[in-house]
Amino acid sequence: MSAVEKMTPAETRLARVSLPDGFGPQRRAALERLNAMGLPGRRDEYWRWTNPTDFIAPDPVPAAPFSDDEPEIFGEIDRLKIVFRDGVFDAEASDELAMSGVEILRLADAPDVNWASSLYGTLEANGQDPVKRPFAALNTASATDGVLIRVTGAAEKPVSLIYTHESETSDPILHHLVKLEEGAEITVLENGPAGARFNKLMEVDVAKGAKFHHIRVQGRDHERRAVTSIFTRVAEEGLFKSFTLTSNGVLTRNECVIDIVGDDANAHVAGAALGDGKTGKFHHDDTVFITHGAERGESRQVFKKVLKNGAEGIFQGKILVKPGAQKTDGYQISQSLLLDENSQFLAKPELEIYADDVQCSHGSTTGAIDETALFYLRSRGVPEEEATALLVLSFVADAIEEIEEERFRDAILTRLEGWLARHRG
Amino acid sequence: MLDIKNLHVKLEEEDKQILKGVNLSVESGKVHAIMGPNGSGKSTLSYVLSGRDGYEVTEGEAHLNDTDLLDSEPEERAAAGLFLAFQYPVEIPGVGNMTFLRTALNAQRKARGEEEISAGDFLKLVRGKAKSLKIDADMLKRPVNVGFSGGEKKRNEILQMAILEPKMCILDETDSGLDVDAMRLVAEGVNALRDEGRSFLVITHYQRLLDHIKPDVVHIMADGRIIETGGPELALEVEKNGYADLLAKHGISEVMA
Ligand SMILES: Nc1ncnc2c1ncn2[C@@H]1O[C@H](COP(=O)(O)OP(=O)(O)OP(=O)(O)O)[C@@H](O)[C@H]1O
Ligand SMILES: [Mg+2]
Repeated sequence: MSAVEKMTPAETRLARVSLPDGFGPQRRAALERLNAMGLPGRRDEYWRWTNPTDFIAPDPVPAAPFSDDEPEIFGEIDRLKIVFRDGVFDAEASDELAMSGVEILRLADAPDVNWASSLYGTLEANGQDPVKRPFAALNTASATDGVLIRVTGAAEKPVSLIYTHESETSDPILHHLVKLEEGAEITVLENGPAGARFNKLMEVDVAKGAKFHHIRVQGRDHERRAVTSIFTRVAEEGLFKSFTLTSNGVLTRNECVIDIVGDDANAHVAGAALGDGKTGKFHHDDTVFITHGAERGESRQVFKKVLKNGAEGIFQGKILVKPGAQKTDGYQISQSLLLDENSQFLAKPELEIYADDVQCSHGSTTGAIDETALFYLRSRGVPEEEATALLVLSFVADAIEEIEEERFRDAILTRLEGWLARHRG
Repeated sequence: MLDIKNLHVKLEEEDKQILKGVNLSVESGKVHAIMGPNGSGKSTLSYVLSGRDGYEVTEGEAHLNDTDLLDSEPEERAAAGLFLAFQYPVEIPGVGNMTFLRTALNAQRKARGEEEISAGDFLKLVRGKAKSLKIDADMLKRPVNVGFSGGEKKRNEILQMAILEPKMCILDETDSGLDVDAMRLVAEGVNALRDEGRSFLVITHYQRLLDHIKPDVVHIMADGRIIETGGPELALEVEKNGYADLLAKHGISEVMA
């Protein structure tokens, strides 16, 4: 037997990593990190509840693109469109990469610009301590495309990243940078399944007084798999706000690593996940790590999961308050609504606090539909299925409230209603 | 309008008989009141009529005009014209009061084969009714009953009733928790709905409400049965003397009532 045949899937995967052009030193450093930490196994503390096998496998499990005639979620929004088809930038389908107050470059062009070179891989590397995030290091080393966005003022309109999926075996790795200069503001939208297996990373650097808004809708392809990471650093009076809606997909792991480094900064991360095991396996994992390293920081984590027919939901959320981060206000809630007895939700909320004058709270609940509320609605003439749908919407409402702009909330609600209509009974 | 015959109900989960042969007929256009000691089964009767889970009908029947209530889903009963103003209105976080009202109204219209109400007409309808019940715009915007005071919740029940225009309205202690002015508002709301084609079953402990909403018939319920039926004077008698004599007359010990 040859040596190659004896390799484990993880070894094969690591051996196959190649470094595309551009950001050479950063990519090589990431590969070193990756080789040192290795790919995760079930024994890793934060992979106990989510099986990483499909993310590790040298080749993705093929996934048929899913199509229906539901219109694209942000179709009505005035935006700057950037389309990736199976992970490759599609210039034809995209708008011109120009907008006032914003500089947009393409990772695949390997641009040699200072701000990008000093950001690429930096937040990811910082976020590797104390918890290892191998798929993020893998991403930094081998990402083939992505956008590098630098915001100097108030962006004229949202940047909308659209990930289409056509090939059954596509395995894109995208890496985006968003650098907000002092006082700048932008909204980044993301939607689409992207590929059979998707590894996506976004590094967001929020300077003093800058505001970053992120609204993401993860593709409805029943068979897709995705591991995504967001690394952000929030400076004084900065704001980071991220919301994700996930409906279906076999396997999703969303990590969000937030580092509050300046005083009076705000970071909110929220998510609503809807899973129906009937249309295929559904496993959704939100893993969040928020570090308060400055005074008077406020952070919120609001995660809601609606699970049925054997769907599985995971939440792992940590708030770390460093010494001296006084007057920190940290809030975390993770809740699941189980629509039947076969579905499962596991939560691991963690607080680690080294400052004495802080206010931190966390809560986690698992429950079924409130029978009393259901009866109340039905007694007013609302049929059972419609009443259930209304209660599901009411359950996820807190997470959706985290989206500031009404037009995005409305778009998300429309998508939610569509899901509920397709997954009745 | 409403016909209840020999209704026997026990709890589904335990072997506890709560209604022990209720007979009650409410004619079209009439207001009937039910009074009775705590725990006598008044709320249970209203829940069973509107289709709440957890109860088992062991005997008897209940019809709303041609609809066999006990054989219908709660939403079907509502569409047939039944409405229960809850003793304890339910909070539904995350569902706006307006959404709730519009969803309910349109669902009932749909069930009856009518067209959905337009957004504009709906708004006009709600604003008009809300105003007469002194329900402000803020309460309409908030999630259903969340953070409402006890009295606001009760007024919200009457608002729903006014908008849904049911045929058979059951009011379960709608007067409890209301201040004097709110009581008058609620009574006015009810009286405004009084009509040839609409009946009311008003469950209450106090004559006070019946001063405002004049009943045609008063029933006394005890130990899961209607033990006495009479005119408005029956309520006055209870107000004055309590239930002791009535219970004794029917051989019911006060503990059982
Ligand atoms: N789900 C239940 N589980 C246990 N007991 C119940 C349940 N529902 C009703 N009961 C019992 O049935 C009896 C009747 O209750 P019900 O609420 O109908 O009384 P009521 O006449 O409305 O009283 P009140 O005047 O206090 O509102 C009570 O003894 C009550 O404890
Ligand atoms: Mg009662």
